[in-house]
Amino acid sequence: MNISRRHLLILLPAAAVAWKYVEAGTPEASPNYNKSEHWWGMLINIPKCIGCGNCVRACATENDVPDGYFRTWVERYHVTDTNLTNPEVISPDGGKEGFPVAQEDAGKYFFVPKMCNHCSDSPCTQVCPVGATFVTPDGVVLVDQTYCLGCAYCVQACPYGCRYLHPTKHVADKCTLCYHRITKGLTTACCEACPTGARQLADLKNPNDPIHEFLKTHPVEVLKPQMATGAKAYYFGLDGSVR
Amino acid sequence: MSGLKDAGHLFRFAGLFVVAFLVFLLVRGFVVPKTFGQYGHYRAAAIGEIAAHPVKFAGHQACEDCHSDIADTKTKGAHAHVNCEACHGALAAHADDPASVTPVKPDTLVLCVRCHTASAAKPKGFPQVDPAEHMGGVPCQTCHNPHAPAIGSDAGASAAKGGAK
Repeated sequence: MNISRRHLLILLPAAAVAWKYVEAGTPEASPNYNKSEHWWGMLINIPKCIGCGNCVRACATENDVPDGYFRTWVERYHVTDTNLTNPEVISPDGGKEGFPVAQEDAGKYFFVPKMCNHCSDSPCTQVCPVGATFVTPDGVVLVDQTYCLGCAYCVQACPYGCRYLHPTKHVADKCTLCYHRITKGLTTACCEACPTGARQLADLKNPNDPIHEFLKTHPVEVLKPQMATGAKAYYFGLDGSVR
Repeated sequence: MSGLKDAGHLFRFAGLFVVAFLVFLLVRGFVVPKTFGQYGHYRAAAIGEIAAHPVKFAGHQACEDCHSDIADTKTKGAHAHVNCEACHGALAAHADDPASVTPVKPDTLVLCVRCHTASAAKPKGFPQVDPAEHMGGVPCQTCHNPHAPAIGSDAGASAAKGGAK
């Protein structure tokens, strides 16, 4: 046997140091907020949306979203009676400054606020090669921007187009469901700024949240249900023409 | 023992593997963040870092703590469920330090028409006007109190001017 006592004395401390780092990782303490008690989503009430763009501006302010990029945006649909499956959709600057006045009364118009659906089986987190994006234990899809490589796989994988590469940070960026607010007991910036209550933050694990009563009594739909993403942006009054 | 007499090179080679594995573990220990894998295949500490971002919208509760007079006016009107910062903008800086951060009052000629300009695209039940025909350049708050907008509501337009000093 060639491993002498001297070799052993070198190897054992090295192994001990290595093992310490392998085992390391103590839970982060987060005061007054227990991740296991929440499961966040959003209720979007389409008949209430007036297309003012307050949510888009509030989001940009709260989260320093660069110009021309959107964590949330509003689309205006115009569906005519003879062309139900091919609506005219506009979203000038994401609806940030509202929409041009619609003169033509033929057909129907409606506004669809869009944002990250915070999917529980999200396609975007599954494709990340480095584990920089993930679903938190309380159901929010986040990006670890110190870990992201900027490969944009997730941008391509999101079926809802809710991600972008940040133009100066060169990493993936997206709606955090105002995680820095909801963990402090506040609502999201978009919900806070919405004048008509068309957007409502929902805690699906909180039995006292009014969302449960609403879901019992109203037909609600998610975007692209056929993709089985487990989307948690629930739309009330969603028209079949919305893509 | 004589059977292993010529097997020293094999042990040296095996030792090399052991050393390489330990080096791998050591490097991995330094390179992989400590909280990686705590909840899943990601760095759990990132959750806390994102949660620590500063808040810019204070939330209507913070506003109402001081401006209870305005809150009372609002509950009587059509804007009862419109949060303060929907019109006044993000004011966490003011809520944190009311003395040195003075909010700018919004320009009603820009603010009100954003929601209330008549458009066939808006829900029919939502109050809408053609701004040019309705006011002819007169600021909205001349007739309406933005906090309780119905004309003749008991709060009156004076409360709009008064506001919080």
